[in-house]
Amino acid sequence: MSPQPVPQVRVVTLKIDGRDVGATEDETILEVARQNGIFIPTLCYLDGLPSIGACRICLCEIKGANKLLPACVTRVQEGMEVTTDSERLTRYRKTIVEMLFAERNHVCAVCVSNGHCELQSMAQKLGITHVHMPYRYPKLTVDATHARFVQDDNRCVLCTRCVRVCDEVEGAHTWDIMGRGIDARVITDLNQAWGDSSSCTGCGKCVHVCPTGALTEKGRSTAEMVKKQQFLQYLMQMREAKQ
Amino acid sequence: MTPEELSKIATIEQEEQQQHKHVIQVCVAAGCLSSHSDQVKDALDKEVSKRGLENTCHVKGVGCLGLCAAGPLVRVQPTAKPDAAVMYQAVTANDAADIVSSLEGPPVKRLVCPTNVPFFTRQKKIVLENSGIIDPDRIEEYIAVNGYAGLLQVVSTMRPSEVIDEVMRSGLRGRGGAGFSTGLKWSTVAKGRGSTKYVICNADEGDPGAFMDRSVLESDPHRVLEGMAIAAYAVGASQGYIYVRAEYPLAVKRLKAAIRQAERAGLLGNNIFGITFNFSIDIRLGAGAFVCGEETALIASIEGKRGTPRPRPPYPAESGLWGCPTLINNVETFANVPPIIRNGSAWFAGIGTEKSKGTKVFALAGRVTNTGLIEVPMGIPLREIVYDIGGGIPDGKKLKAVQTGGPSGGCIPEQHLDMPVDYESLAKVGSIMGSGGMIIMDDTSCMVDVAKFFMEFCRSESCGKCVPCRVGTAQMHDLLCRITDGSGTADDLTLLIELCDVLRATSLCGLGQTAPNPVLTTLQFFKHEYDAHIQKKTCPAGSCTIHAPAEVI
Amino acid sequence: MSKPRLATAWLDGCSGCHMSLLDMDERLIEIAQQVEVVCGPYVDIKEFPENVDIALVEGAVSSEEDLHRIKKIRERSKLLICMGDCALTANVPSMRNAWEPDEVLARAYIENATMQQQIPRTSVPRLLNRARPVHEIVRVDIFIPGCPPSADVLYFALTELLAGRVPDLSSRTRFGA
Ligand SMILES: Cc1cc2nc3c(=O)[nH]c(=O)nc-3n(C[C@H](O)[C@H](O)[C@H](O)COP(=O)(O)O)c2cc1C
Ligand code: SF4
Ligand code: SF4
Ligand code: FES
Repeated sequence: MSPQPVPQVRVVTLKIDGRDVGATEDETILEVARQNGIFIPTLCYLDGLPSIGACRICLCEIKGANKLLPACVTRVQEGMEVTTDSERLTRYRKTIVEMLFAERNHVCAVCVSNGHCELQSMAQKLGITHVHMPYRYPKLTVDATHARFVQDDNRCVLCTRCVRVCDEVEGAHTWDIMGRGIDARVITDLNQAWGDSSSCTGCGKCVHVCPTGALTEKGRSTAEMVKKQQFLQYLMQMREAKQ
Repeated sequence: MTPEELSKIATIEQEEQQQHKHVIQVCVAAGCLSSHSDQVKDALDKEVSKRGLENTCHVKGVGCLGLCAAGPLVRVQPTAKPDAAVMYQAVTANDAADIVSSLEGPPVKRLVCPTNVPFFTRQKKIVLENSGIIDPDRIEEYIAVNGYAGLLQVVSTMRPSEVIDEVMRSGLRGRGGAGFSTGLKWSTVAKGRGSTKYVICNADEGDPGAFMDRSVLESDPHRVLEGMAIAAYAVGASQGYIYVRAEYPLAVKRLKAAIRQAERAGLLGNNIFGITFNFSIDIRLGAGAFVCGEETALIASIEGKRGTPRPRPPYPAESGLWGCPTLINNVETFANVPPIIRNGSAWFAGIGTEKSKGTKVFALAGRVTNTGLIEVPMGIPLREIVYDIGGGIPDGKKLKAVQTGGPSGGCIPEQHLDMPVDYESLAKVGSIMGSGGMIIMDDTSCMVDVAKFFMEFCRSESCGKCVPCRVGTAQMHDLLCRITDGSGTADDLTLLIELCDVLRATSLCGLGQTAPNPVLTTLQFFKHEYDAHIQKKTCPAGSCTIHAPAEVI
Repeated sequence: MSKPRLATAWLDGCSGCHMSLLDMDERLIEIAQQVEVVCGPYVDIKEFPENVDIALVEGAVSSEEDLHRIKKIRERSKLLICMGDCALTANVPSMRNAWEPDEVLARAYIENATMQQQIPRTSVPRLLNRARPVHEIVRVDIFIPGCPPSADVLYFALTELLAGRVPDLSSRTRFGA
């Protein structure tokens, strides 16, 4: 008997918020939801970067699973039943976003990213009108040593998009994380000033993937400081096409 | 190495041991070493050679004898009558002469440590069976007590699937915390895709106060190597790693020596026991981050990356080290494997309770008379550990709670003291088995303060990758500080309880998910202590310093 | 039935939120017809009155006087509304919070002063250790984010309230708007 040809990726069907949807088994819940016009909030996720499941905002309920699972990294399975929105999920998502506001000094009114910030718009989308836990008010620094960019630790949410884009796409690995827990923060090189970095190529990819005003271009007004993230998908598509 | 060679080594070693009339075992594990047992051993060595007794009396360094609080411990054993051994406690170098003089006569009374007491008689030793008996630096001694016989049996008479079945039938569950079925884990790795697989021994032991794994590694390192080799044969791996914390230099030294000896003896390396089974073990040092004990963080660390957990699935068993199926087990888990193979799964399954088989090693600490390392059968009532083995609470104080599971565990109150110690019962009262830390607390301990202590630990050990744990542990620690210093409010308590739920449900790894456990169990059983701090601004245990309730803004 | 009594209060803020209120232009008249404005920077009353139905509060709680006033406002008002980011996040006033009050005062009145280098200790209220959002001090009923919330948002919020509804502001304003 000749062996049956095995398809490369299997096609599966699953339910998202009660709707029957089709997908291939190498796709994540988030990808499939987006294809079907179902919105799941995300923060650390960025199309084109490896997903890390760190911010926990995309957590969804999966029937039969004893834990909430992050949509951005969880692959679909045949017969899966996913709930992307519930009173409980909203409550958790709000608390997590509030934790980010409480963690550092996000004073939106005086931020160059005011109006173009993913943290800010996430708060609005989730209906957050105030933060119900104590603000921490850490003493943090602003690094303006780079000729064209500014890094403001006060507004960093530690999503590590900058770290990932610099390492995986630009290949420079200028950014990394130093310290752990509440003391963790992003650094350039071995915690040198950005302007003194010998690895930074000045490409600005980190600035444009940063969801907040933590990384910005110098000399831009609030109205001008719009992040352009489309380059990433384009770049990744072109690289794949070339391979 | 051939089977014949193995049994020859055993016979020669046994005969050699029989030549000595007496053996003096000096504990040189970390506990006793810290009270200078190495000097005791030197003094005994000198005394023996001074009297020309080298041929009849053998002084040797051994691993942990258990009752660490009474160290340095020395055991004198007549070769012909092992049962007539005498244990000495708090021995100093100055006692050497008296001990050697007493070999043929009555023991040195002032030093005797009675061994017919529950601390010794109620224990059941499987993992620690060789601890304090053999010299951890000599592979011959391990072989003389049936060491590597399990590995021989496995590679010469069993197929890998039979090994897995045997482990499955034994009912062994992981001793690293979660208690996952070891057989099931092995079979997942065995079924994993690809031909490259890895076996990792998790020796990162980071719970505050825990030293079970360290003791096994320092007292009987070959047992762990043998367990890993059996696992490697079963799952089809040829490379193993032991991830051990750099704070355990003695364990690292002994492991390195043990690996070298095993390699030289052909028990590790290529064509083990003459069949096409290759298995090598390398050591990787952890830099002291608690979170690197979490399996995915540990794997990242071995890969040379920052040691942070990643979401599971995929589990390491499917995709672990460098994307290959990886078996990761705790030290104690591996240490249970050789005796399971040697004595059979039925023997092991006969010990313990229906769902928790075998024994568990605990590091008994806190307000209890006998502190040290104990090994007890699963299902033993908690009360027996505290009052019989532990010898009760000193200074006429009253027991308040037993903390198990470290920062992921909980405080079990007196009213649950008759519960059996097994995975399910501990989970039922909100705690966990954990890796084996057990802290006894009396009525001078403030339960809010205990919760604060563990939350501070979680806060400083959180890797910071996910938001709920990074920010949540800091917020919860601050709230607990406010409550213990008397400035806490009812709203603070409400927020604390809410954050417990959020961290549990949304954190990425076990650290954040279980960080609320000490708070939740103390809230469940000792809510009145929280209320006293908040409403009456007093600490019932009298251990917190309450500030005047000024309006701190 | 008598008209609802409306009061506004100005704590540690830049008065932008009150400016925004005035920005309602002719709609102010419409609102004024429906309420009795009993207190606020535009009304010359020193003491916050009793029996207020709606209190609109601008600004963070930064000084001992703010603390005293917000407690009184809460006691005397049925609905307490945080108007703007300073009231509900402490916003710009909170930017001093990473430092101790004395450091902040020294910076402002000594290091950066060219003459009369001295910290005022009398006749100004003492600073609290931290500038704090109102809801950390007293219960708040409604939050209107924005820096400042636009006149449209304030108009919408007030008309909804006067119509007996809880305004849903999430699609109309946000932090920093
Ligand atoms: C924060 C954290 C720390 C851990 N530390 C250890 C450890 O020190 N030793 C250990 O064996 N397991 C530790 N674990 C559990 C491991 O992730 C893993 O479950 C275990 O090594 C599996 O082995 P077992 O099945 O033999 O128990 C830890 C887990 C977490 C979440
Ligand atoms: S600087 Fe921006 S991109 Fe980098 S971790 Fe912080 S918020 Fe994310
Ligand atoms: S739960 Fe804590 S330790 Fe685990 S990934 Fe999140 S931040 Fe890191
Ligand atoms: S977007 Fe999925 S965890 Fe951050």
